[in-house]
Amino acid sequence: MSEPGMVVEGPLAGLEEIKKQYPTERAALMPALHAAQREFGWLSHEALAAVASRLNLPEATVRSTASFYSMFQGKSTGRHAVRICTNVACMVLGAEGLLAVLNGLYGLAPGQTSPDGRFSLEVMECIGACDKGPSMLVNEDLHTDLSAEKIIEVLETYE
Amino acid sequence: MTGVKVKYLLGNIDNPNSADIEEYEKAGGYQALGKALSMESAMVIEEVKKSGLRGRGGAGFPTGMKWMFADRDPKFPKYIVCNADEGEPGTFKDRIILEKNPHVLIEGMAIAAHALKAEHGYIYLRGEYPAAKKVLETAINQAQRRGCLKFPLHIHQGAGAYICGEETALIDSLGGKRGQPRLKPPFPVSEGLFGKPTVVNNVETFANLPFIIKNGAEEYLKIGNPECPGNKLFPVSGHVERPGVFELPMGTTLREIIYEHAGGVKGGLALKAVIPGGISTPVLPPDKIDCPMDFVSVPKWGSMLGSGAVIVFAEGTCLVKVAWRSLKFFERESCGKCTPCREGTGWLRAILERIENGQGREGDIGLLEDVAGNIAGNTFCPLGDGAASVALNFIRHFRSEFEGHIKTDCRKMAVGP
Repeated sequence: MSEPGMVVEGPLAGLEEIKKQYPTERAALMPALHAAQREFGWLSHEALAAVASRLNLPEATVRSTASFYSMFQGKSTGRHAVRICTNVACMVLGAEGLLAVLNGLYGLAPGQTSPDGRFSLEVMECIGACDKGPSMLVNEDLHTDLSAEKIIEVLETYE
Repeated sequence: MTGVKVKYLLGNIDNPNSADIEEYEKAGGYQALGKALSMESAMVIEEVKKSGLRGRGGAGFPTGMKWMFADRDPKFPKYIVCNADEGEPGTFKDRIILEKNPHVLIEGMAIAAHALKAEHGYIYLRGEYPAAKKVLETAINQAQRRGCLKFPLHIHQGAGAYICGEETALIDSLGGKRGQPRLKPPFPVSEGLFGKPTVVNNVETFANLPFIIKNGAEEYLKIGNPECPGNKLFPVSGHVERPGVFELPMGTTLREIIYEHAGGVKGGLALKAVIPGGISTPVLPPDKIDCPMDFVSVPKWGSMLGSGAVIVFAEGTCLVKVAWRSLKFFERESCGKCTPCREGTGWLRAILERIENGQGREGDIGLLEDVAGNIAGNTFCPLGDGAASVALNFIRHFRSEFEGHIKTDCRKMAVGP
């Protein structure tokens, strides 16, 4: 724990504030992993080690928690995270056809990054936009009512 | 039967600034909190008990009773946690409260904190709702500056694990662990977050509290079914003309929801099947849609209210494919803690996959029933039961379609709405 008034520097310095929201350092682990993913791009060995060090936790503990959650990335990703829902409500409105479009146009496969490093694709289990399906998240932006034409139009706005 | 029609959850959402505290207060917001703070804590709990409010997360447990158990536990501090890990496929009802009416949730949590003498609150928000996070952060800041929040309230962001909607998994996840359900008892009301008494309620449950406290339990009991009072949010998706979230009294029939509010089946097609309460609830055939939608009635019609998420399938939809995709979901989201669920969901998915791919074998339907029968009742948490019951009910109501599929690959036939 940092001394009051001390300036905190180095990787994940912002965690000192987050730690105050919880009675234990372990409880700050998920927000720490989110922060590390933002700062390092993905949860590399260095990122996990930085989290472990900030929270005084064994690296194995950090790795155990990180590996449970699908949104924590254990490998390097493209510049933009494309998360497309194919669960039932989106599926019956044509979500699977969109996967074929992405594969044809960008060489994107689920769980993979496009060869040019532009997009990573993850197939999601419901993102709560079922009334306007098929839908997807690109980074933090929600896009809905997707068709083969619209998904290309949307993705072309992400360099 | 379903009583007076008043919208107290989403009544203000057509106002483009509905998420702002000033607009919320103009519409009477935070008056209920003022009233609650003038009451003894025990009286607030009593009022909630009298109201008959049931948890809106899916299980329908009486909220007042849950509070009473936490209140009776002598340990302090006590925690209140909002379950905003809305992950049940087909469900997008909490998102609309979080994004459009966050203060009704915050006011509900503040009432609960007073009732339970809770010293700390968390909102466990699913990682897939980044827009809601921003709205909530602003709303919490506004409420704190206005003096409406007298306890620290923080947002804890999930990271894409459906099982964290189960309250003991949610508590472990909030503690920085893998989100795996715990064996109960002990229940969270006595040993929850950090080993302390914890009340976990769904977003929509908290959002019911301001109306109950402001108008009294008696007024609340006039809405919906007396055994299951109040309004319910029904998110409707799939093959309907007007998908969306509808705030209606508990006990509104599935037929009214689909045909009056959601505009009927898309393109005037015939209804083939409907899932009444999110993917984990058993599918219903068209002759069951006069079912009143509340926690007491739906089980009598062969399914469950769940989250109230209605997914509609028009004539021409391949239900083998829907069943396969549902089981793929359960397999992927099984936390892996107990064997019947971890292994069984994978087997169910694999058998359905080969049937869907035209490689079904004679005896596969019996095999599905056998595997599902070995999951049901043998798992830590309801995820396994849900998976088994989903598979069994697709077969129960649409057996001939599965049989036909094993004989003839449906993708060779020209079908689809």
